[in-house]
Amino acid sequence: MPKSPARTKANPARELVFGDLWEYDPAPETADPKLKPRYDLFINGSFVPPRAGKYFATINPAHETKIADIALADASDVDAACKSAHKAFTNVWGKMPGKERGKYLYRIARLLQDHAREFAIAETLDGGKPIKESRDFDIPMAAAHFFYHAGWADKLEHLAPGRQIAPHGVVGQVIPWNFPLLMLAWKIAPALAVGNCVVLKPAETTSITALKFGEICQEAGLPNGVVTIVSGAGETGAAVIQHPLTTKVAFTGSTEVGKSIMRSLAGTDKKLTMELGGKAANIVFDDAPLDQAVEGIVNGIFFNQGHVCCAGSRLLVQESIAEIVLAKLKRRIAVLRVGDPMDKNTDLGAINSRKQLTKITELVKSGVAEGAEKYDTGCKLPAKGFFFRPTIFTNVSMSHRIAREEIFGPVLSILTFRTPEEAVEKANNTPYGLSAGVWTDKGSRILQMSTLLKAGVVWANTYNKFDPTSPFGGYKESGFGREGGKQGLLDYLSVG
Amino acid sequence: MPHRLSITKTPKCYVGGAFIRSESGRVTALHDVSGAFFANIPQCTRKDLRNAVEAAAKAGPGWAKRSAFNRGQILYRLAEMMEARAAELAEAVALGGTSKADASREVAASIERVVHYAGWTDKYEQILGSVNPVASAHFNFTVTEPMGIIGVIAPDDSPLLALISLILPAITSGNCVVALASSAQPYPSILLGEMLATSDLPGGVVNLLTGQRSEMLPTFATHEHLRALSGAVNAADRKALRLGAAESVKRVRLLKAEAPIDWFAEKMQGVEEIRSLIEFKTTWHPVAA
Repeated sequence: MPKSPARTKANPARELVFGDLWEYDPAPETADPKLKPRYDLFINGSFVPPRAGKYFATINPAHETKIADIALADASDVDAACKSAHKAFTNVWGKMPGKERGKYLYRIARLLQDHAREFAIAETLDGGKPIKESRDFDIPMAAAHFFYHAGWADKLEHLAPGRQIAPHGVVGQVIPWNFPLLMLAWKIAPALAVGNCVVLKPAETTSITALKFGEICQEAGLPNGVVTIVSGAGETGAAVIQHPLTTKVAFTGSTEVGKSIMRSLAGTDKKLTMELGGKAANIVFDDAPLDQAVEGIVNGIFFNQGHVCCAGSRLLVQESIAEIVLAKLKRRIAVLRVGDPMDKNTDLGAINSRKQLTKITELVKSGVAEGAEKYDTGCKLPAKGFFFRPTIFTNVSMSHRIAREEIFGPVLSILTFRTPEEAVEKANNTPYGLSAGVWTDKGSRILQMSTLLKAGVVWANTYNKFDPTSPFGGYKESGFGREGGKQGLLDYLSVG
Repeated sequence: MPHRLSITKTPKCYVGGAFIRSESGRVTALHDVSGAFFANIPQCTRKDLRNAVEAAAKAGPGWAKRSAFNRGQILYRLAEMMEARAAELAEAVALGGTSKADASREVAASIERVVHYAGWTDKYEQILGSVNPVASAHFNFTVTEPMGIIGVIAPDDSPLLALISLILPAITSGNCVVALASSAQPYPSILLGEMLATSDLPGGVVNLLTGQRSEMLPTFATHEHLRALSGAVNAADRKALRLGAAESVKRVRLLKAEAPIDWFAEKMQGVEEIRSLIEFKTTWHPVAA
């Protein structure tokens, strides 16, 4: 057998470059999402039009075409919603044995699985995320959350032994647009399991799957008023959290809005849970399995177009391997497919809204203006719709806005470090503290880094992993309270 | 034998392991229930508060790194120090007009509470933390960590028991504390400082200030290095503290001072109080699948 020549810098392995020789065929998902042209508010077990008769359009961010009209709830709608939720809590749900509550949650989990494909398509149409993510992650994980919490409903006495526990009553919940149904599940499943009723306000740009969830509640025979969905914008959300009957408020969204909610509720006794922004460090050591790490970096920042509060938006790579990691990363993102979210081969779908696209564009401009070096693949983007190329910045310094502010888009800032101490110092040097990633071959280093990083979730040799049993939530200005696990349940109970 | 003039004590605040007067030089005269002059109490300022936070920041990492067993030993030592001076503590509590019997009862309950938390240091983690059975090849576990520096604002009533009930759950898990004692009855906190100083607790872990609540409250609310506020205050103060806390997403746990609080109750102590002043950290560690 002929001896293959040694691979050296002067004689590198040749790369197969196909260019545009073979285009992928389109592989659109075509199942029927069973959408209605108009969505009313889900109050007291029925879909009712808003009292003022106002609706707003929800659009498909990939085509900028209207999908449906969504009811705009005002303060009077929210008042009716909270009252029906309170009635349901007092008369039915709060009194129901945990075992029975749990069975309703099991039903919901099963029904979500039955309707999984239709929900996945609706999610992708309304929010712009790739169908492979809504199909393989968002919807199954939402069902898993109901399954997990269903089983807790009759075992709550194990949560706080020796103490009296009680549900709060009506919980007001406001969720973001990045994982519309999954965030709903994170919020509703634990709240219902422990005996609360909920009034939930979905994000303005992604109301459809939340309102479709109302249909699931009907199908499950859930008692009227236990789950209430009021769609609208910021004012609707404010009405929910300010309402005197919502004694507990759970919010997921930006730190800025979280702070304003905290201020607006300062004079009340409401209990709060805040799941806010992040600027996570994804730290790659020189002993890391590099190909695996590159996959993790890509997943960390380009999953869901980077619309992820725990996105690994700051890559901290050890100086000795920075060059090779950057080369591998560039090669990897060159083959990311950006485009039609409904195509099963799409890796990055549409940016959720024009507003978000503007924000990402503005922050990327600031990165260039402040002296960081921008790189993107120059890939072709669809003519219509909101899209942004996977973008990486090198020569980033800690003071740059792109290293400090949450971009919430497919934009990675790369910094380097020499020692583990420097990595920790840089990783922790942020007001945020939601998550972090560590890539290394050493188990002891994983545990040491995890101890030193000020973050609520630390992923080792993986990234963006979630599970209903695993508590999620932040340190510092990334919020307080946890979602998932037994820790998350306690945040929906008052312990006396 | 001629009458001997007694030596009066100058009350000082316990900050950073040292006994200080307020940087302002100001004092407030404290009178006993009969109206007789008792002593001058330091009237601390915002600057004293900031200095105390700095002292706590220096002590914090070391205290958090102490073993749970060691923290328990130190808390138990605090109970020993208090027990030895229980009579003196009771007199301090009685200064505000509480009967001798009630004052002794408050001191006894305070010491019991210290012992209670001494026992928690190496146990709460086993109750609050968890190993989580995730659906992937990961060893997924949740551990607790102290939040950092906790601002404690004690109510006027139960000047010893309330103060120590607020401090203990914080330091049990490795937090440091900057506490403002009862404005009406500050003297028990002066004695408590002396006992903390002899309990092997590292200096700076607990810092005790005396003075006017209204003067220091805005700084408690907004100081970004205080990661949580714990106390019993009135409605207006709760609002002010929560407004300030929003600026840095500070954790807030405030009881209503206007409602009667039974500080002696069993439910005023325990793992739930510890839980309110810790963070949960979840790690996903790969395992061979």
